[in-house]
Amino acid sequence: MAKRKKRGNFLFNTTPTGVSGKKYCRFKKNGIKYIDYKDPDFLLKFLNEQGKLLPRRITGTSLKYQRKVAQAVKRGRHIAILPYVADSLK
Amino acid sequence: MEMKNYESVIVLTPVLSDDQLKETVKKFRELIAEQGGEIIHEDNWGLTKLAYPIQKKSTGFYHILEYKAPGTIISPLELALKRDERIMRFLTVSLDKHGVIYNQRKRNGEFKQSSKGASAAVAVAPGTKVTIETEEKNG
Repeated sequence: MAKRKKRGNFLFNTTPTGVSGKKYCRFKKNGIKYIDYKDPDFLLKFLNEQGKLLPRRITGTSLKYQRKVAQAVKRGRHIAILPYVADSLK
Repeated sequence: MEMKNYESVIVLTPVLSDDQLKETVKKFRELIAEQGGEIIHEDNWGLTKLAYPIQKKSTGFYHILEYKAPGTIISPLELALKRDERIMRFLTVSLDKHGVIYNQRKRNGEFKQSSKGASAAVAVAPGTKVTIETEEKNG
């Protein structure tokens, strides 16, 4: 049990790159208040390769901003800046 | 009447000529002015590749109108957009105070780099980003 000192869920306490560290909400940290739905490069960071939204537990986004991200992604999809379905986005 | 900030993205068919394009945009610009709106900013992305085909077209002209107008403008404007065959897609969004500030700063070219730099710590493989950017340039 005392082999590794990890808090919380061992599965998701590391970032997808394998580098462990406390996750944080990038919007809160960087003071980003508005999420531009016209910026596909930025929104792509919150999607998996199928074009689906990544959960908060992976990106670390706070609930307040996750809602805004979701809204922005959906707007982006509507104006064909982001795909609704994709095979290999990344 | 109370004025609100709005932003409309219009996707026009790629089959239009330059003149037709300008004429279409002008029509909506005039419509906004007619209804008591005031255009703050316009942006034209030119011919851009779509993420998925619309009306069997894989490209489109993107035009963005940012304006200040009373809320009564939206329904006639959207109706006109809907009826116009040259428009494949449109999206009207009301901007909150942060959106207004963001657009202002973007116009001044303030933070195009800084926002990208700030959000660099992401779990995206470096190679992937490049391919996406080049794809857009081609379109």
